[in-house]
Order: sequence, then structure tokens, then C-alpha cells
Amino acid sequence: MFDAMSPASRRAVGFREAAPLFAALGDQTRLQLLDRLCHGGPSSTARLRAGLPVSHQAISKHLEVLHAAGLVRSSRRGRERIWDLEPKRLGAAHAYLDRISEQWDDALERLKKFIEH
Amino acid sequence: MPTSLDRIEKEITLRAPKSRVWRALTNAEEFGEWFRVKLEGPFAVGKSVHGRITYPGYEHMTMAISVERVDAEHLFSFRWHPYSIDPKVDYSKEATTLVEFRLKEVSGGTLLTVVESGFEKLPADRRAEAFRMNDSGWQEQIENVRRHVAG
Repeated sequence: MFDAMSPASRRAVGFREAAPLFAALGDQTRLQLLDRLCHGGPSSTARLRAGLPVSHQAISKHLEVLHAAGLVRSSRRGRERIWDLEPKRLGAAHAYLDRISEQWDDALERLKKFIEH
Repeated sequence: MPTSLDRIEKEITLRAPKSRVWRALTNAEEFGEWFRVKLEGPFAVGKSVHGRITYPGYEHMTMAISVERVDAEHLFSFRWHPYSIDPKVDYSKEATTLVEFRLKEVSGGTLLTVVESGFEKLPADRRAEAFRMNDSGWQEQIENVRRHVAG
């Protein structure tokens, strides 16, 4: 899914934007909800909740956190709220961690050279 | 869906005894040589050490490492602020990420695992320009370092 995104949507996020993004992602249930949206496409709250040991209220709270962080968007279909992924934000979180990850790759390579010379 | 968005995990096998790797990590001078930072003092549990980055072009960058655990010769961990490059900002009050180095003897040498975690606690008011590093510029500096170390 992420390979299909444009470079612009994957640009590294600044710190100002990073914190609420990672705070939103730092929860197992929320990651699970993102995973469901990723694989299942746009879904209602009820469908997202199916099979999870979490109350409807809790799920709604989680979705609001994801919404506030810009990771999901929602629309109304009759009385239901339909949720969908906002792929750009997830791409930005990725890009941020990718950058730090690259830094570590390079640092460890320097360590290897330093030790094994 | 990515497997992990709240931590970075790295693994590398080094062809050297565990004690050699341990020293390269926990001796502040040796750490500084490969990490490319000039640290002001030794690593000590519970203490902070400041240092100046020694990458060509990035000498204005400083960093502070706050050592958490030094469990010889198996776990070395510290806290820091990733990308703390703005001289006008007092990073000391901000949340830190945790870096953990774990060593394990394996056939052929030492397996080193690095985990950095805690990204979700980064403050919301950190200025975006602290992170506006030019991608190609950074890559070039890494190449400079690589050549320097290999030469």
C-alpha cells in the first residue's frame, strides 16, 4: 500500500507534527483498527469493532484519537459513520522513522568498521 | 501495514569478542570515535554527558546522553533527544527516546541489538526546522565519514 503513495505524501514529518502522530499510534487497539482499515477498506464503527474485546465507547474514543491525528477520515452514511484511512499521515510517520532508521544503519556500519578494521 | 511504528530495532553481528564490542559502546572516547561525537566525559549510570557532533558540516550540533543502565557486558542503555540541533532550544525539558544496546555472544563474534523507543512521547511544540535536514546533504556527509573511517 505504501509503495503506491507519491513522494510528496511520504515526506518526512517535522517534530511538531510527529508527536501526536506517534501518540496516536502508540496503542495496540488503534494499530489494530488501522490494520483493519488497511485491509478491509472503508468501514463503519460497528464493523471495525467486530470481534474485538473493547466496548463501542472505547472504539469510538480510539477512532477520535486517530481522527485528531489525521490518520483516518470519516463520513456519514445515513446514521452510520464510515471510517477510512488517511494514507498520507501514515506515510509521514513511516518517513520519519525511516530517517532515524537510516541514521542507525549508518552508525552501526561505522561501529563495524571501527571494531573490525 | 507496517509491523512497528513506535520503535526502531536493528541487529548487527560484529566479528569481535563481546568485551571488545562492550568497550566500543561504553567507553565514551571509543563511542565518540565511531558515533562521531566528542563527549565531555565518561558514561556513568544516572549521569548526563554532553558532546559536540564531529561530522564535517554538522559541528554546530550538540547532544546530551543520559545513561540509564550499564549491565556489563550485556546491556547499555541511555536516553537522548533525537535531532536536537537547534542551539536556541533548551531540550533538557523535553521527553527523550530510549536507546538500548544488547550484546550476545554468537558463533563468529557478537550479536548487537539496538532498540530505540519512545517516539510517541516527543513534544508537540518541537520546531519543524530541527528536522529539516537535506536528505542528499546528509547522505553525502555519511559518505565522507565512511571514507574517513575506511582510509
